[in-house]
Amino acid sequence: MSISKEPYRPLIVAFCCNWCSYAGADLAGNNRLAYPADVKIIRVPCSCRVNPTFILRAFQRGADGVILCGCHPGDCHYTSGNYYTRRRMALLFSMLDYLGIERERTRVEWVSAAEGAKFAATMNDFCETVASLGENKRLEDLRCKK
Amino acid sequence: MQRIGVFVCHCGTNIAGTVDVAAVSEALKNEPGVVYSTNYQYMCSQAGQDIIKNAIAEHGLTGIVVCSCSPRMHEATFRKTAAAAGLNSYMVEIANIREQCSWVHKDMKTGTEKAIILGKAAVAKVNLNAPLTPGESPVTKRALVIGGGIAGIQTALDIADAGFPVDIVETKPTIGGKMAQLDKTFPTLDCAACILTPKMVDVAQNDKIRIFSYSEVTDVKGFVGNFDVTIKRRARYVKEDVCTGCGACTEKCPQKKIPNEFNLGMDNRRAIYIPFAQAVPKVATIDLDHCNMLKNGKCGVCAKVCAAGAIDYNAKDEYIEEKYGAIVAATGFNPISMDKFDEFAYSQSKDVITSLEFERLTNAAGPTGGKLLRPSDGEHPRTIVFVQCVGSRCDSCAQKGKEYCSKICCMYTAKHAMLTRDKYPDTDVYVFYIDVRTPGKNFDEFYRRAVEEYGVHYIKGMVGKVSPEGGKLMVQASDLIDNKQLRIEADLVVLAAAIEPDRSARPLATMLTASMDTNDFFTEAHPKLRPVESPTAGVFLSGTCQGPKDIPETVAQAGAAASKVIGLLAKDKLMGNPCVAHSDENMCNGCSTCENVCPYGAITYEEKEFRMPDRTTRIRRVARVNEAVCQGCGCCTVACMSGAMNLKGFKNEQILAEVDAICR
Amino acid sequence: MADNKKLKEDVLAISGVNVRKCMKCGKCSGTCPSYGEMEYHPHQFVSMVESGDIEKLMQSESIYKCLSCMACVERCPRGVEPGKLVEAIRLISIRRKDANRLTPDRISELLDEDMPQQALVTAFRKYTK
Repeated sequence: MSISKEPYRPLIVAFCCNWCSYAGADLAGNNRLAYPADVKIIRVPCSCRVNPTFILRAFQRGADGVILCGCHPGDCHYTSGNYYTRRRMALLFSMLDYLGIERERTRVEWVSAAEGAKFAATMNDFCETVASLGENKRLEDLRCKK
Repeated sequence: MQRIGVFVCHCGTNIAGTVDVAAVSEALKNEPGVVYSTNYQYMCSQAGQDIIKNAIAEHGLTGIVVCSCSPRMHEATFRKTAAAAGLNSYMVEIANIREQCSWVHKDMKTGTEKAIILGKAAVAKVNLNAPLTPGESPVTKRALVIGGGIAGIQTALDIADAGFPVDIVETKPTIGGKMAQLDKTFPTLDCAACILTPKMVDVAQNDKIRIFSYSEVTDVKGFVGNFDVTIKRRARYVKEDVCTGCGACTEKCPQKKIPNEFNLGMDNRRAIYIPFAQAVPKVATIDLDHCNMLKNGKCGVCAKVCAAGAIDYNAKDEYIEEKYGAIVAATGFNPISMDKFDEFAYSQSKDVITSLEFERLTNAAGPTGGKLLRPSDGEHPRTIVFVQCVGSRCDSCAQKGKEYCSKICCMYTAKHAMLTRDKYPDTDVYVFYIDVRTPGKNFDEFYRRAVEEYGVHYIKGMVGKVSPEGGKLMVQASDLIDNKQLRIEADLVVLAAAIEPDRSARPLATMLTASMDTNDFFTEAHPKLRPVESPTAGVFLSGTCQGPKDIPETVAQAGAAASKVIGLLAKDKLMGNPCVAHSDENMCNGCSTCENVCPYGAITYEEKEFRMPDRTTRIRRVARVNEAVCQGCGCCTVACMSGAMNLKGFKNEQILAEVDAICR
Repeated sequence: MADNKKLKEDVLAISGVNVRKCMKCGKCSGTCPSYGEMEYHPHQFVSMVESGDIEKLMQSESIYKCLSCMACVERCPRGVEPGKLVEAIRLISIRRKDANRLTPDRISELLDEDMPQQALVTAFRKYTK
């Protein structure tokens, strides 16, 4: 591994549900609310579409943090999807913690389509937290490293 | 291998200001599958779209990536562009480099880097896209309305008015619902029967509308546009088409002491009865539980007096099956039971009544002929105490009553108080309230009239205890504004009982796979923007089954539900969303997990024959997704243990490819 | 003021009551049998605790007029339980002054023909620590 000359920036994968959080991220853009470019958003129909393997894969391929954003409980476009997310991720995150991926590297947030400011604030906060933890090496497949 | 074209938009300076668009299109040229990459000032403009169309033709593109604004903005535009050039519109992916990149990042370098990564992710996804075609299904042009109250009546009339046939299923012997039991309606004080019964007659005379009274829905299968419904027509032992509704039988029946449900048990009816004079259909019904002839074969008076020969003691329950394109739930409400509210002595004294009983007591067609008399001794009450919020706005930990506001009580209590003072000025009327809530056109004015013109005593505070003492009711209450405890000797206490959804709503929701909230009200598809649709396609909501409502609101919502139904029935074919779940039956182990998590009931199981490697055949149970019902949330894909379930347009492979592209 | 805040926290912790649930309907006061004897009434207990006026309540005789019949607790539609607040305030009052409302020395003067023994036991439970 080469020593990077640039300051360390984390790599963060954000899964956003199409109906609330993705629209919330768009609203953050409309209002020009800045957050670090480290965040890369993947659009999914519902937060419940996020398979734990997606998150495992992200960590395996070198992501430093993964955040899942969905509609607020009770507001899911598909009525109950985010409840499944909440339960699944509680289990997955505790397992990841056990595997050595700190709790702070994973997060579930509810962001509605009206909460652009919350989206930006959440991303700023999450990036800062993950950056303070440093690079994630625990699940990383070193063969993937450039 | 796909042949992918990449189109990077400048969006004027919106994107180009923070992202080096030329660098992006250059960098994406080297991605696998990309055969063409360009950038242009405004991709969504006609000229920009032409660039895409020409490139598709020239380079034989099989997929395109547009790096531009949010897909929520222009995905539809670019899909149409692709389709116009002969490309399947689901072979288009958008990389959101405006809202989620150029607008939120200030630095050209990081902005460009991120835009390239987002573009790579989109390319990686398109590489795995497959053409999708929305499924088509025919529409049965007939609607079913479940519940024949004012909500169901209005919905049915509006649908029939647009020329579509409608069936109303009502569990009671007559349509009309709660509104038929009311005396006057706020805030105009129209007589409820005067405005409702003409509508009931309209329903009866409309040749597009069939009424299945004394019936219930027992089974619902199918999906939007194609519901198969089983309706149980309970035997009423009177031939509906023969009975003239003359009422001779109801006068001669010897069973006289049966509590009359229509008057809430405050008087009696016979074993053969017509609920009220304006009933629709105006046909007698025999009460199986109380008829001597049906119970032990000893009587037959009604058959003897019936000149039309309509009585049929051998009638049986009938089940009819019918196809519908849309279903409207209009199951309505009931006041809650007062059993858990001992402090108001409802079960101890006949003179403690609910507001709905008060309606019957003041109704000209009610048990007292409209004279306000005490149920216990038939005397005219001099002091009446109304108690609001009985069972409404209770905390769940108190374990009695409902958490919500029942919404109609403030207004009907004001109406009752006002009408009482108007008709009997010598009566003292007290209303104990927590808050008076009167939003609505002319509602607050109405309440103020009750106070100012009619001198109703409104007291902020709650009644703590009602105790029957020597033929009177001792009401102990607090007056929070004067900070004193009151003891009022009342003749009549009227409780504004909370309302709850009808009990039939819960099993119906299960049959319809429509979702409900914790209070058993149907939930709407979106609380603000789709208030009359259930999240289940083809199921619509009308009236109080969705939440407490007064009559004007119910009628408005009934009309809205009807217009949604008409919009659906007017289509010949339904185009589905092609991004639906799909099960690989070779991998499916038939465990039912997906069926259990599906909020729409879109997954069913079928037995299917499989050829085994040793040339034998085996029958296995496999999941089948109904594409017309599936909304594409993807919950089942994660729940599936064998990995058989996938979501078209958002396949596991596609999302993993995006993850890989981002993390690369 | 800071002292009052601490007192309020103590009352809430001891009673386990969430005063914010109160919607000020007054059913507790409507149902209270000792209402007439009280300077402050059950619904006022709740709002006074909420605004942190514990001192005033502790000075008042009202909290000793409460019979602990718990009718207010039973009938409160919001599950606020004003009766439990009274008990908590009594307890704090007794703890602080280290002075019980009832001492064994006073029993002889209180005893008479009509006084059931059970009342004494109850009184001890309520007015001593």
